[in-house]
Amino acid sequence: MDINYSPLGDEAIVLEVGQEITKESTSLVRSITKRIEQASIESVVEVIPAFTTVTVFYKVTVDHQFEDMKNLLKNILLEKNVSETVEQRTIEIPVCYGGEHGPDLEFVASHNQLSVEEVIAIHSSSTYEVNMIGFAPGFPFIGGMSEKIAAPRRSTPRLRIPERSVGIAGMQTGVYPIETPGGWQLIGRTPMDLFLPNEDIPSLLQAGDFIVFKPITETEYAEWEEKTHAAD
Amino acid sequence: MLQIDKEGLQTTVQDLGRNGFQKYGVIASGVMDPYAHRLANIMVGNEETKATIEITLMGPQITFLADCLFALTGANLSPAIDGVQLKMWRPILARKGSKLTFGKPVCGCRTYMAIAGGIDVPEVMGSQSTYLRASIGGFNGRALQKGDVIPIADAPQHVQGFIDRLAKDVDETTFAQAEWTLNSEAIPTYEKEATVRVTEGRQAYLFDENSQKDFLEQSYQITSDSDRMGYRLKGTELTLKEPKELLSEAVSFGSIQVPPDGQPIILMADRQTTGGYPKIGTVVTVDLPKVSQLKPGEKIRFEKISLEEAQRALIEQRKLIDELSKSISLKFKEES
Repeated sequence: MDINYSPLGDEAIVLEVGQEITKESTSLVRSITKRIEQASIESVVEVIPAFTTVTVFYKVTVDHQFEDMKNLLKNILLEKNVSETVEQRTIEIPVCYGGEHGPDLEFVASHNQLSVEEVIAIHSSSTYEVNMIGFAPGFPFIGGMSEKIAAPRRSTPRLRIPERSVGIAGMQTGVYPIETPGGWQLIGRTPMDLFLPNEDIPSLLQAGDFIVFKPITETEYAEWEEKTHAAD
Repeated sequence: MLQIDKEGLQTTVQDLGRNGFQKYGVIASGVMDPYAHRLANIMVGNEETKATIEITLMGPQITFLADCLFALTGANLSPAIDGVQLKMWRPILARKGSKLTFGKPVCGCRTYMAIAGGIDVPEVMGSQSTYLRASIGGFNGRALQKGDVIPIADAPQHVQGFIDRLAKDVDETTFAQAEWTLNSEAIPTYEKEATVRVTEGRQAYLFDENSQKDFLEQSYQITSDSDRMGYRLKGTELTLKEPKELLSEAVSFGSIQVPPDGQPIILMADRQTTGGYPKIGTVVTVDLPKVSQLKPGEKIRFEKISLEEAQRALIEQRKLIDELSKSISLKFKEES
């Protein structure tokens, strides 16, 4: 697959592998990211993978201007076959659906002419893939939700969505790692932290991970909450 | 140590930003005006990377709980100690017990206060910058508040002699200012209308011809919805040739994105890590301080330059800062 190199401002270069999300483009984004990170190039400040792009921020010096960086990256990506596969983890996220934790679960159900139980069953039976992390710390953009439980965003966004809420917006599902304003329909909440500011890797999830949601009861949720967030 | 008696509009601890964690959705944060920040640090003998206090429009009131070498750069918000006006862009020694206040904004929007030794707050993910929304970094993960006592690390050894020299001048008064400052070319002037240089945006080609022209010919006003996250502009509407849904991708400090309402937004220090709106241009790195020092109501114009020119300007600026840094260290030695 061809990689297109273009500047983002004067301190970054974007490697674009296509304009549509495909299996090939996602795996290419992952392997390019891994390859550049492993090369530990001194002038590279930051690598940000997204759906079909990998953006490399670099420190501009006389010897590291746009063309130099482009050639440097090209050489790194030439060395071996870039389309090597990167191992993908599967992470189970417990979710307490409905009730006070998922005030919009009934709306999502009635919108799709389903029962609440059916929405939970559909939401928790798929395996989702994390396409990228962005928008908020540890926030996963997830692909793979069933269109049977799709629901429009709220017409008026909530000013505060509690951290760890699980929501649906259009064809997407996601988990809010920190308290944010937002317009997603909230169907549940997980007791598991997605944003881990004190860990070396501050995000539970990474691009390329698989996710499964596991329904838990309110009691189980409360016990977990007690254990992990008692100090909050 | 510093004691905050009044917090001001938005007073936060910031350094050059949190690098390397944007892929986890963790925003970069950091100072809005890196040039003023670097120079403030250099003028008190600190490394440029040390955190400074970013002060916005309405400054705080601060009591020095110990003798303190500090410098103020960036916006002139009428700083004074015990009622006596201070000069900007130079080292100042304040005696224990003296009070720093700010008054009317004269020019610019953000002042940087560097203190010799730096602010002694822990690093989170490699940075001391305050990330307000996630409540991490800086001082307890939040803006400074009345009653806070901010710990300051010891002044570096190489400015100790200079501090002693200034201290001789402060028997009676409560502070002493260095007589020297930077060359006037190195001190920016902040106008009410700024022309900033931009390079071509990654999606500039998606905009219709008139919009590409208007963007560079019309002036835009900074709206009151502008903050550390982004500057929302108001002016001639910019439209795409045809509507297009884009996939989110990384954005940068200075990216100018245009949402469907056609009013551009310049992404600033607290920008999200990725965005899905088309980007018509990017403010060149060396001109970002000009944007950061604009206040709501003031105006901005864009002038397009090539990527080569933008990168050359960046290299030149680095050289200039290195030279300034060298001549200031020399001053510290001479005046010990």
